[in-house]
Parts: sequence; structure tokens; C-alpha cells
Amino acid sequence: MTALSRLFQLVVTLLAASFLIFFAMQVLPGDPADVLLGQNADPEAVAALRAELGLDRAIPIRFVDWLGGVLTGDLGVSATYDVPVAHLIAERAVVSLPLAALAVGLAIVIALPAGVGAAIARGRPVDRVVVAGALVGLSVPNVWLGLILIFVFAVALGVAPAGGFPGWDQGFGAFGALLMPAVALAAPQAAILTRLVRAAVLEALDEDYVTLARAKGRSRRAAVWRHALPNALPPILTLIGLQFGFLVAGGVIIETVFSLPGLGRLLFQAVAQRDLMVVQGVVLVLVSMVVIVNAAMDGLALLSDPRQRADRPKAARAS
Amino acid sequence: MLSRDLFAALALTAAVFTPTLVASAHAAERPLVVGMALEPPHLDPTAGAAAAIDEVLYANVYEGLTRIASDGTVVPGLAMDWSVSEDGLSYTFNLREGVTFHDGTPFDADAVVFTLDRARADGAENAQPQLFAAIDKVTAVDPTTVRIDLTQEDGDLAYSLAWGDAVIVSPSAAETLKSAPVGTGPFTFDTWRRGDRVILSRNDAYWGEQANVPQVEFAFVSDPTVALAAILAGDVHAFPNFPAPETLPVLEADDRFNVAVGTTEGETILAINSASEPFDDVRVRKAIAAAIDRQALVDGAMYGTATPIGSHMPPHAPSYVDLTGLSPHDPEAARALLAEAGVEDLRLSIALPPPAYARRSGEIIAAQLREVGIDAEIVPVEWAEWLARIFRGKEYDLTIVAHTEPNDIGIYARPDYYFHVPNERFTAIMAELDKVADPDTRITLLKEAQTIIAENAVNGFLFQLPKVGVWDARLDGFWENAPIQANDVTGVRWQE
Repeated sequence: MTALSRLFQLVVTLLAASFLIFFAMQVLPGDPADVLLGQNADPEAVAALRAELGLDRAIPIRFVDWLGGVLTGDLGVSATYDVPVAHLIAERAVVSLPLAALAVGLAIVIALPAGVGAAIARGRPVDRVVVAGALVGLSVPNVWLGLILIFVFAVALGVAPAGGFPGWDQGFGAFGALLMPAVALAAPQAAILTRLVRAAVLEALDEDYVTLARAKGRSRRAAVWRHALPNALPPILTLIGLQFGFLVAGGVIIETVFSLPGLGRLLFQAVAQRDLMVVQGVVLVLVSMVVIVNAAMDGLALLSDPRQRADRPKAARAS
Repeated sequence: MLSRDLFAALALTAAVFTPTLVASAHAAERPLVVGMALEPPHLDPTAGAAAAIDEVLYANVYEGLTRIASDGTVVPGLAMDWSVSEDGLSYTFNLREGVTFHDGTPFDADAVVFTLDRARADGAENAQPQLFAAIDKVTAVDPTTVRIDLTQEDGDLAYSLAWGDAVIVSPSAAETLKSAPVGTGPFTFDTWRRGDRVILSRNDAYWGEQANVPQVEFAFVSDPTVALAAILAGDVHAFPNFPAPETLPVLEADDRFNVAVGTTEGETILAINSASEPFDDVRVRKAIAAAIDRQALVDGAMYGTATPIGSHMPPHAPSYVDLTGLSPHDPEAARALLAEAGVEDLRLSIALPPPAYARRSGEIIAAQLREVGIDAEIVPVEWAEWLARIFRGKEYDLTIVAHTEPNDIGIYARPDYYFHVPNERFTAIMAELDKVADPDTRITLLKEAQTIIAENAVNGFLFQLPKVGVWDARLDGFWENAPIQANDVTGVRWQE
């Protein structure tokens, strides 16, 4: 039932997003034929190109056509690059998806121990350092952080490239090219997540079951990991899902700073060139990813919540 | 100006004395990485307006019958020489023999006919149709001779054929040039990692002098600050058009780099919509011109790298005449002119396309206009919007843009252009220039034309766009000036 309603939600969201983007792009002045042929172009040539690109047809017809193509797995052809949109997206997704995954991974790896540690050490120096660190992480714009990372590691130390992506056939070199951008992308997310983990664990620590566990002789640390954290997980997982959307948006900026050939930069260029097919295709992929990841996280949150496990409804609380 | 020359001299001296770190034979064969701010949308210069296409491919991969040399002169390319008939209506080009395209197709008169017919066909995607406007017929006389018949005299034909939009393409590859360019040049196309770089390899079968570097990578770095980082870190060896002039002192002070401020064909203007009120009044346009302090723009927006202009002609052109004196910075005079024209509380908008020169200049000009009582609102626009709404739609008050095409003063004679002040004498001069070949007469006419548009204050004339090049001091052979928008790296070499 949930799966079905999720699927329905996904389809409705995708339709609404494509519809919005399609018509928003129509409102923007300029079209790809104009941009491609420039100032001195012969109006006849512009008209010919416009016809070739199908831009001379009525807007609703173009939308329905595009939608029909999508349903049969055809995202159309890029007006600017003259190659299939699906091909362009595949080329870029292999950069953007690992980057987003790396950033999420980094944010979790930083935030979980930091947040839990701060909660355990509430009010003590460790806690204060973590809280202050999170505030800094939250306040630093990731563009700036990206530039600082480039100047420190590429210019001053010369241990990392100043941007660009060598391709996955370079193995570790490709991974290295994604590391700094992932750090820049992860920093604010890690900060938000740390604060949430700390707050959620602190709240759980005040619950009766933790007090009970402590009374039964468990150490504070064990009580946190065994009882408080699992109960704090649902909101944390939901937040990670929501952050994924921000990572996708932040990717546009970070990919530009690090000259990475990712989906964000493709989208940005496509908007500037009014390459509607590419914009539509990329947005479709990004929106699907965000919706799917959010759904997956919500599902995980549900599974992880001891109170919501159907198989042992009371055992979790009484153990 | 003086300090800039001094810096350049220092950088040059430093370059000469920089010890070579790597064994010379090895170093000479190192691949070259050239940075560019914008990525080309595709790789066919005969089917698109984007300068980035030529900046990767012109002279490197594709060649025309003629070509533009680094000093701006027209030199033979795939044509060894050419002659013009008595009446000036027929050109005969003698083609080079033994040239093949990178795909193995032989280069001959048929390829030339194919290319030029394709470029000037009805509805062709070529972005510069005016280059071929005078051509009536292109004929292959024999495999190494091509005759071009004209409908009217065109003294600029050899020059027009040197443009990137007129390069000769392989007939068997014409359909796929956008993703797989095939020309006759000293570099062959290798790969295009979209969003990252285009890689070219040396063409060992090249008909002329071999390129010096085995491989050239054009890397796309869109952020100006990162461009600085990339060159400092050595990831990029050269930026022929360095996007961050504000950081030049850092590079000028570093002996590892050469900084060269050269000229371009880009006249940066404050275009005025003279078709609409109150800008149809010459006094209002003159008031706007008088409000502009060019030196403040050069210093504030261009960090001292640009040269002020007073009309639409680059200062290095033989016909250039300095007319900045016709519209000196004079806020008092500007206010008086506005009062005389009966214009009070003028409110207008300045549309600014994305390049930094436009955005920065726009902010300064808005402040300068405010000083004479004009309330100017700054409106940033994207290129697509600029083309559609301002250039074609003529919906604007003022806009800032650099007209980067060479020899383009003729745009002032186009009645349907986005700025236009009708002037009979100017139109007559342009018509005369189509026929006159004598250099001295042409110069006299061009000087008069410049003076007419300056006196009519058709636009605010700001400065000539500089070409700011930065490269590794161990490299030489980069162009200092940009007589055409291209990065011809065929002569670039690692010094031994």
C-alpha cells in the first residue's frame, strides 16, 4: 500500500515538475536557435533551425510529444550539442551521483560520532567544541570553502588538482578529483546533521527506557548506542533524505567551482543556452532521484524505529 | 600604462632567465593544457556563432583558403595564392596540392566548392552569412583551381574567407562535424570530454610545418578565481584570455608566468536605443556620453588593461583616429545638455549581459549617470535574453556589449540594427567602401565614418576590450593580440 502510494506520489511529482519547467522555459526570452546562430544570422537560417528543432510547433503539442518520448524511454536530442539527451545525462551522472554519495557518506561519518559524542559529553569541552564546529560549518558558504580547499591543497601544497575530472578510467585519480568537492559539499550538511543527532540523542537520553537501562547497570555509552541512538534514528534518516535534495542543488555551484562535468553544470549551461530538452531531461532525473531517495529514507526510518516494528511491538520497549 | 609595460618587461626578463628544470628533449614534447572560460556548444565553426568553437579549432584543426596571421594580416592558407580579375568580379584561387583531410579524404577544388556552397545555402546554419553575400558562384576549374564569381565587388573577400566560419571541411564528414571535427590542420581531434576538456593530437601527416607540442588540451574553467588557482597550481599552462584581470598583479609578480596585455577587435560600447524617446534627441545622447568617465571605467572595471575609445574602431587599426576628445567627461555639460533638451528626472535601465566587462562597467556607469541626475537601474540579463529581447526585440534603453567582430563599423548603416541613427553621408561612405580598393582612399573614408558616428553620439564609446593572456614562462608562441577570436597554438612550443 505504502509502496503504491509512493509510486503514485513519484509520478505526480515528476509530472508537475516537468510541466512547470517546460512552461517556465517558454516564458524565458530567447531560444536555442537564436543562441546558436548569434547576432549576424540570417533570419531565414534561424527559422530553418527552429523548424528543425521543432520549436515552431505549438507549446502543448511539444509538451505532449516530449512526454510521449519520455514514456518510451526517449529523452530527445540536445539542440546545442546535437547528441541524445540520455547520452549526455549518463555521461554526467557518473560524476554527480558518486559526488553526492560521497558527500552524504562524509556528512554521516562526521556527524554521527560528533553528534553522539557531544550528546554523551553534554556541557563538557568536547560538546562545546562540536557545537562551535557545527556553527562554523553551517555558516561557511560552500563556494568559499571550495575555493579555500583549492588554494590550500592545489596551489599551496600541490597535492590535489585545482579542478577538472580525469574520467573513471583513471581510477584513484578520479576519486581524488571528487574528494575536495565532496568535502565542500558535505561541510554544511554535516553541521546540520551533527546538531540534529546531538539533539535527538539528548532527547532520547531523557526517556525512561534509557534510565531503566542505566538502572540495569549498562554504561552511559552503551545505553546511548543500544537504546538512545536507535530511537533517535528516524528523524536523522528523514533529514538525510531531505539533504540529498540540497546536495543536488549545491552540486550546481560546487561543480562550477571545481570544473566538474556533472549534471548541475550541464543543467546550468542548458538553461543559459535554452536547450529545453536537456533542461527537461536533467530535471526529470534529479527530481526522480530526490523523490526516490526521500522515499527510501522514509522507509528506512520506519524500519529503524523500534516502536513501529510490527513483529515485536512491545519487546522493543521492554527489553 | 607605464607600469604595465614595466611589469611585462620584468616578466619577460624573468622568463628568459628562468632555469629549465626538465631535460629539454623531454620537456619539448610535453602536452599543453590551455584554459578557456567557456565551453564550445559543438565543434563545427561553420555552423555556430559561439566564439569558443573557433577558440578551440581555428587554425589548429580547421584551415581556410586564407588565414589571419597573428599581426592581423591575411596570409595564404589552403590556397597558395589568388588573383582578381580586372573588373574585380572574379577571384581565382590556386590550391595547395597533396593535402588530405584527417579522415583521409583528399583536399581539392571539389571540397572547396562543397564547403562554400554548404555555408551559403539558403537556410544554412552559418552564423556569418554576410561573409558570403557577394558570392554568386563557386566553380572547380580543375582539381587545384577554384574560381569564385561575385555579383558585386568585394575588396574584403580574401579576408572574409579567412574567418572560422569559412574554413574548408571534409565533404565526407560534414554531417558529423559538431561532435567529430575533421579538417586539414596540424592537430587532429582526439576526444571531447564534455564539461571538462577537448583534446587534440598532433597531425603527423600535416602538409606544412609540424606543430611543436604533441597534444593540446583545452580545459574549461568557468570560475575566474579557480582559473587563477589552476594556473598557479600548474594544472593549466596558459589562459590566452585570462578571466580574472583583478588578480593579474599576483601573476605579474611571479616569474613562473608571462602576462601579456594585447588588443582585440572588440569595441565596448554603451549602446543607446536611439529609436525611442528621449534617446532620439542627439542632446540626450551627448549628455549620456559626457557623463561617462572612461578612465574610471578602464581603472575600475578593467584594472587598467583597456584603452579608451571615442568611436567604433580599434586603436591599432590603420584608419583609427582618436576621437575621445569629442566626448570628454564633463558632468556640467551633461546637465546643461539635458536641460536644453528639456529632459528632467530621466529614469532609464541599463541591461548588462553576463561578461565581467559589462557587469562591472555597468555599475560604474550607473553611478556616473546618477551624478548628472539620470536615475539608472541595472538589469542583469543572460545572453539568450540579450539576443532575443535587446538585440532582436530592441526593448531596452541602454546596454553594454563589446562588438568583437573585425571591421564592423558597417553595422551603423543598418536601418534595422538594434541601435541606429540615420545619416545619409555615413550610408554613402559604406556603399563607397564596398567598391574602393585603394588603401589611402579607404582610410580617409573610414576616418570620416568614425567621426560621423562620434559626432552624432550614436552610442557611448567606452574602451577597446583587451586580450589578457597569461602563460607558463617556459612557453612561447602564443598570440599577444587577437585580430580574430582564436587560440592558434600551432606555433606554441616549450622552450629548450
